[in-house]
Amino acid sequence: MSLWYGLVDILLPFAWAHHIFMKNALLGILLVTPVFGMLGTMIVNNRMAFFSDALGHSALTGIAIGVIAGIKNPLWSMVLFSMLLAAAIIVVKNANTASTDTIIGVFSSTAVALGVVILSRNGGFTKYSVYLIGDLLSISPSDLLLLLIVFAAVIVLWAFIFNKLLIVSINQSLAGSRGINVPAFEYTFTMIMAVIVTISIQWVGILIISSMLVLPAAAARNISKNMRQYHAYSVSIALISGLSGLILSYFWGTATGATIVLIAALFYFVTLVLRASLAG
Amino acid sequence: MIHHEHHIKDLQCGTCTCGLCCTRIQNFGVTRGNTEILKDVNLHIHCGELTALIGPNGAGKSTLLKAIIGEIPHTGVLTFLDAKEKNTGRPLIGYVPQRLDFDSGSPASVKDLFSSAFTNSPIWFAYKKEINRKAYESLAQVQAEHLLNKRLGTLSGGELQRVLLALALDPVPDLLLLDEPVSGIDQNGLRLFYKIVSGLRESYDLSIILVSHDLRLVAQYADRVAFINNKTVECCGTPAEVFSNEKVIDLFNLDWPKIYTGADGEEE
Repeated sequence: MSLWYGLVDILLPFAWAHHIFMKNALLGILLVTPVFGMLGTMIVNNRMAFFSDALGHSALTGIAIGVIAGIKNPLWSMVLFSMLLAAAIIVVKNANTASTDTIIGVFSSTAVALGVVILSRNGGFTKYSVYLIGDLLSISPSDLLLLLIVFAAVIVLWAFIFNKLLIVSINQSLAGSRGINVPAFEYTFTMIMAVIVTISIQWVGILIISSMLVLPAAAARNISKNMRQYHAYSVSIALISGLSGLILSYFWGTATGATIVLIAALFYFVTLVLRASLAG
Repeated sequence: MIHHEHHIKDLQCGTCTCGLCCTRIQNFGVTRGNTEILKDVNLHIHCGELTALIGPNGAGKSTLLKAIIGEIPHTGVLTFLDAKEKNTGRPLIGYVPQRLDFDSGSPASVKDLFSSAFTNSPIWFAYKKEINRKAYESLAQVQAEHLLNKRLGTLSGGELQRVLLALALDPVPDLLLLDEPVSGIDQNGLRLFYKIVSGLRESYDLSIILVSHDLRLVAQYADRVAFINNKTVECCGTPAEVFSNEKVIDLFNLDWPKIYTGADGEEE
């Protein structure tokens, strides 16, 4: 970590970059926003924005289960629960009983309600409200190590599975006819999403986690002509929004996650206008 | 799952046009939930022949194709005999779906589709030159090489159909399954598609099953026609045989002589 601190001192000789918590948050942003940008491309392509939202909401129940089980760090119960929820949603969705958004809505609201009921017992919900908006500035070196591992793992996995995921998203039968194991890829992708969403919740917050995943890709989509551009723009927009959001939130004294989302939203509207002017 | 049952003895392929290979669909049945969609479907697909599936909407034509590729569970047996009269089990299948699942706003380009099918090296990182060339050559076979850098969402129905056909031909399949969209393709596009498919049948000696909605083109290009109605193949034979079947005439309100003169009149 001291290497990173030294590097920041040399590269960014500003007052805001002087604080240890800002240096930690900066590294956190550099690790987590590219992953958001990358996963977002496929989430938007597959129309899974609502799904990522549901995964975020399920974190509440994960925390509640952790509290009941007496686990001090609820991260593991959160990850486990959101993976279970993701799998359950896919199973029910593939059974074709109702439209996907109805199914996700049912699971998501059940998870939220269950979490709130358990956590609000004896009126103690307020101490968990930190999870609603998240606190990026509280990120610690051990959190960063975890992020680094996840960051590396997602990039390696993404390199291996992306091409096949794309065919699955283009047409499942076509993918199947080319020997691709469609359910395996579907589950792998949702599990990656579940892990990323849950791990990021404590810093980004339940309320805006899905915006972090969806906005950079949605903005990139407005101006991309192929998948490589789509990735490049999405990751860049995620990174720029993350960095500028962090710095602005420092000066404005606002919540970091929400500030980042606002900037990403700005990108979306700018690219939307760009697309309209390119087309016209 | 496709069940591999080996009845090599009763699979002598005497009726094949080339006598070298054939695909047999025996006693296929599909039931989803409590609804029986297909039953007792028997088809003998000869290689080098274009077999058209016709029938009313919802008769189960697309379902039959999905059962053949193994996506939908089915009863019955699919057997494939290669050139040496050997039962090779599951044939290599090329499939052209009716439509794509995602919306037209997606940035996925034709090149993305081909690259992701041909290679595992991540396309979000870099495109490979040799893959580009291979994709270009594939597309050239169906007169679609100019579409390589276009987004899938901007293609017309006919263009998309040809792009998907090019993809289904690499690797060259034993059995080619084409699910034609009910609408969205203009007459010229449709005619070009039939022409290309008809040419492929000869140059690759492919077995082709085509779900079709255009009886006039079927009459002109298909070697055999299978009429699917009431959950099964009600009638199968040459276009002339099938189009003179009473049930077929009844359903499609056919005026048979008109179809033939129409088709002949437009021939180039």
